[in-house]
Amino acid sequence: MMHPAFPRLALAAALALGAASTAQAVEYGTLDNGASQVGFRYSQMGVTLDGQFQQFSAELHFDPARPEAASTRFEVPLASIDTGSPEGNDEVKAKTWFDTTKHPVARFVSSSVKPLGSNRFEVTGQLSIKGKTREVSFPVTYTPGTPAATFDGTLPLRRGDFSIGEGDWSSFDIVANKVDVTFHLVALPLASK
Amino acid sequence: MEPRYTPTAITLHWLIALGITGAFGLGVYMHELPLSPTKLQLYSWHKWAGVTLFLLILFRLGWRLTHPAPTLPGTMSPMQRLAAGAAHWLLYGLMIAIPLSGWLMSSAKGFQTVWFGLVPLPDLLAKDAALGDTLKDVHEALNFTLLGLVVLHTAAALKHHFIDRDSVLTRMLPRFQKS
Repeated sequence: MMHPAFPRLALAAALALGAASTAQAVEYGTLDNGASQVGFRYSQMGVTLDGQFQQFSAELHFDPARPEAASTRFEVPLASIDTGSPEGNDEVKAKTWFDTTKHPVARFVSSSVKPLGSNRFEVTGQLSIKGKTREVSFPVTYTPGTPAATFDGTLPLRRGDFSIGEGDWSSFDIVANKVDVTFHLVALPLASK
Repeated sequence: MEPRYTPTAITLHWLIALGITGAFGLGVYMHELPLSPTKLQLYSWHKWAGVTLFLLILFRLGWRLTHPAPTLPGTMSPMQRLAAGAAHWLLYGLMIAIPLSGWLMSSAKGFQTVWFGLVPLPDLLAKDAALGDTLKDVHEALNFTLLGLVVLHTAAALKHHFIDRDSVLTRMLPRFQKS
């Protein structure tokens, strides 16, 4: 009879070997939408509120051996927003906010990835919301894993830069200018697509 | 000399009466408004007023428990005394329960209460939309119960003053000159 600990040991060894031998070869590229999250944090008269996007999609290329060659094109259908209240969800689709009829998608296209050491990277690229495009840079932390790797980060933006909240809403006294877009992305190797 | 409430009790009574009137009126007005920066501002002000009133009421309750109310006129029947006592403690109960229900409603609706935009109150409940709607109904029902009781309270005070001609109303009025 086999020792009861043996299969576990064998599995652990296989995983460790597998991870070591594939570390150079794997390229992450398939977003696991169910496990990933894209949200945002904003502030309203000193009250911090969290929102989520229910939908998003990404083209992703990340090879841990060549991180500087990584790239992404990330899209968020803005009508999938959840601001935390049904009243707010209706409001932000309107013309003064995202104008989702005319500008349904927010898009980020990376242009460079700079390693910062210890699995942290500075990602730079073009962020387009509501017909306005701006260059943004933000740090991303990469956590290796088998089979999925995770990428966590926060992209701070000023809603005023993209005319998100015009007219009565353009004052930052009530809804603050600063909005932090937060993401937790789980990516599977491209091959498993 | 007729027995009077302490100056502290009188100040707290009228300050809180004024505060409740304002917060009640604001609450009735703001909740039907379409979403706008003004609405968000009014909601914040209402919550700040509610927290302030809650603290004043706690202090007032402490004061009341350590400083007994002046005795009621001998002309009042035992039934009237019982009713007066019950009405007053019910008013205290509502003044505690109403801000609490508002705080809980805010938590359940996922909008934390931050006093004057500076002091965050802990969320006593996790976000739960259905519970938030229930608490809204509770907050509203408690408020209209308070409104009914305040009408009764005012009518009783006026009856004491103009019909019974006793000192029940005047002993809660500020005295503007020293006698």
